[in-house]
Amino acid sequence: MSDILSTTFLVGLIAATLRVATPLVFGTVGEVITERAGILNLGIEGIMFLGAFVGFAAAAKAEAAGVAGYLWIGLLAAVVSGLLMALLMGLLTVTLGLNQHVSGLGITLLATALSLFGFRVVFGESSVLPSIDPFPQLAPLGKDLLISPIFAQYLLTYVAFLVVVPLGWWVLFRTNFGLNLRSVGENPEAADAAGINVFRTRYAALLIGGALMAAGGAFLSLAQLGAFSPGIIAGRGWVCIALVIFARWNPVRGMLGALLFGGVFALQLRLQTLGFALPYEVLLALPYLVTIAALAIAGRNAAYPGAYLKPYRRE
Amino acid sequence: MGLKIERNPAPVWFRPLIPLLAIALTFAITSTLVLLVKANPLQAYYYFLAEPLSSRVSIIEVLVKSTPLLLTGAAVTFAFVGGFWNIGAEGQLLAGATAATAIGLQMDGVSPLIALPLMIAGGFAAGMAWVLIPALMRVKLAIDEVVTTLLLNSVALLGVSALLNGPWRDPISQWPQSPEIAASAMFPKLIPRSRLHLGFVLAIVIIVVMWFVLSRTAFGLRMRAVGMSPDAARFAGIKVERTLLISALASGGIAGLAGVSEVAGIHFHLIDAISGGNGYTGIIVATLGGLNPWGAGLAALFIGVIDTGSQSVSRALGVPVYLGDVILATLLLVTLAMLLLQRYRVSWSRE
Repeated sequence: MSDILSTTFLVGLIAATLRVATPLVFGTVGEVITERAGILNLGIEGIMFLGAFVGFAAAAKAEAAGVAGYLWIGLLAAVVSGLLMALLMGLLTVTLGLNQHVSGLGITLLATALSLFGFRVVFGESSVLPSIDPFPQLAPLGKDLLISPIFAQYLLTYVAFLVVVPLGWWVLFRTNFGLNLRSVGENPEAADAAGINVFRTRYAALLIGGALMAAGGAFLSLAQLGAFSPGIIAGRGWVCIALVIFARWNPVRGMLGALLFGGVFALQLRLQTLGFALPYEVLLALPYLVTIAALAIAGRNAAYPGAYLKPYRRE
Repeated sequence: MGLKIERNPAPVWFRPLIPLLAIALTFAITSTLVLLVKANPLQAYYYFLAEPLSSRVSIIEVLVKSTPLLLTGAAVTFAFVGGFWNIGAEGQLLAGATAATAIGLQMDGVSPLIALPLMIAGGFAAGMAWVLIPALMRVKLAIDEVVTTLLLNSVALLGVSALLNGPWRDPISQWPQSPEIAASAMFPKLIPRSRLHLGFVLAIVIIVVMWFVLSRTAFGLRMRAVGMSPDAARFAGIKVERTLLISALASGGIAGLAGVSEVAGIHFHLIDAISGGNGYTGIIVATLGGLNPWGAGLAALFIGVIDTGSQSVSRALGVPVYLGDVILATLLLVTLAMLLLQRYRVSWSRE
């Protein structure tokens, strides 16, 4: 028990929480922006997976070719793959006005299958998992202070918490573009009548979201693991879908949700290594169950964007 | 200038052609990937489509692969026709598989005549239970079921994993798999020394019953009315909530049967890969089948062919086996886009 109450344990837990929460922050903010424009992008799970794969494959090839900035090439490639999937989602749901949930699931299935296919094509069937030298952790406070480990994080973690969340909030709630985006998600007919280009705005939201989702996936392969495996995303995209609702479509609350889940996840991992036998699956199921409960409690007042799941057609 | 989409229903003769056109277009798109790995697309599609149908053994394998897809495809079709967007067939399948295992483990020395109906009923009930909360939330609180059914898939997977790492962990091998179910709880084989089992018959029965309910009963008519327009249905005096609830529960139950069938017919114990995405593939089956029971049946068989074919393509040409999954996902999106042609005319305008 004394192990758990020690400061080192707490510091380590906070540090791990931030790490675990990072991909969720990227994904959740991306999904918040997309859903605020009236599109549920269930492609998130697959886009994160594709981002993790494309980022890793590009980085591995560039590293093998001796390119110095190979990790940045990987990140860029991941973002491009996210943009392409977002474009496809836009073609299906914005231009053609197809069923959003089936399209989104189709994107997830496609992006997942393409990644697995691509992995075999690029790396063959070798039994040794290929790996790269990943992003280093920054150490702005050195190594000696008690709280140093908390700040010893990857650059992308800093970007997630200090750039993506505040910027996402600011763009959504303090800019004209954000106002347009939200009005397109709330009432596309009125937005159209007010001269806002509904189609272009929805595409923009999808693209921003897709880039963030893919970057979140790439964080895992390029920073945290330095490798790619079929279980790399393991439902994190679905966790983001839950967090968006839990956060009532607000990036800042989304970050808090991601931290909460990150904390629970990091804690169960630590308790397991300390030999506590606990059904960790129950803890991992919490974000889903809490979200469903939150929806049930909010009931008809759940703050869904008005045009959620509704395609827009100019008649 | 831009894409123009006008309401203009396609002629009736054109509708059955849509899935065929979608399949052709999908193969055209995915042949780029075959070329990428320096294989011949025509040869690859021969292995995909013809090889699985070329021998008795592989035809049986196609039917084995189709069995869970017939059930999840039927489940999704039933829900979608009734206007309940159940994308939780994966979780409902896992719930059914779990219930079947729980019952099957207790059936030592019990006659199969009791054991099998018990497992089937238990799996159906578990699938219904897994969709109950989203269904009630939709009916009572008007909360969209897409996200709730989806999230419960992850919960079901975690639940199965908790059982396999906890109380059901195989005491002998220590693998995360349940002990084997009793012999009397195993589905009999339809053909000796093959993997084809009673689940296939169960699936065909479900498809036929579904066709009957949807097209020959008053309830089916009400269901379709609710699916097309809940407001209009309500105006016509249909009890919309009750109808939705029944469609949702039946859909969950049928998906649960897919889990029963995989446990009792193929694996004989619960593993966390028991579904392997069959719940999600059910959405492809339903979409490709045009939300029609016979269509779903054909689509499930076709996907069984592709699944089996991806193995032989991989063996013969060294094309990664995941090409099959790429084809299926592409097929879903292409079919979805082409179904638009059923209701709208798409044209390019230069204004």
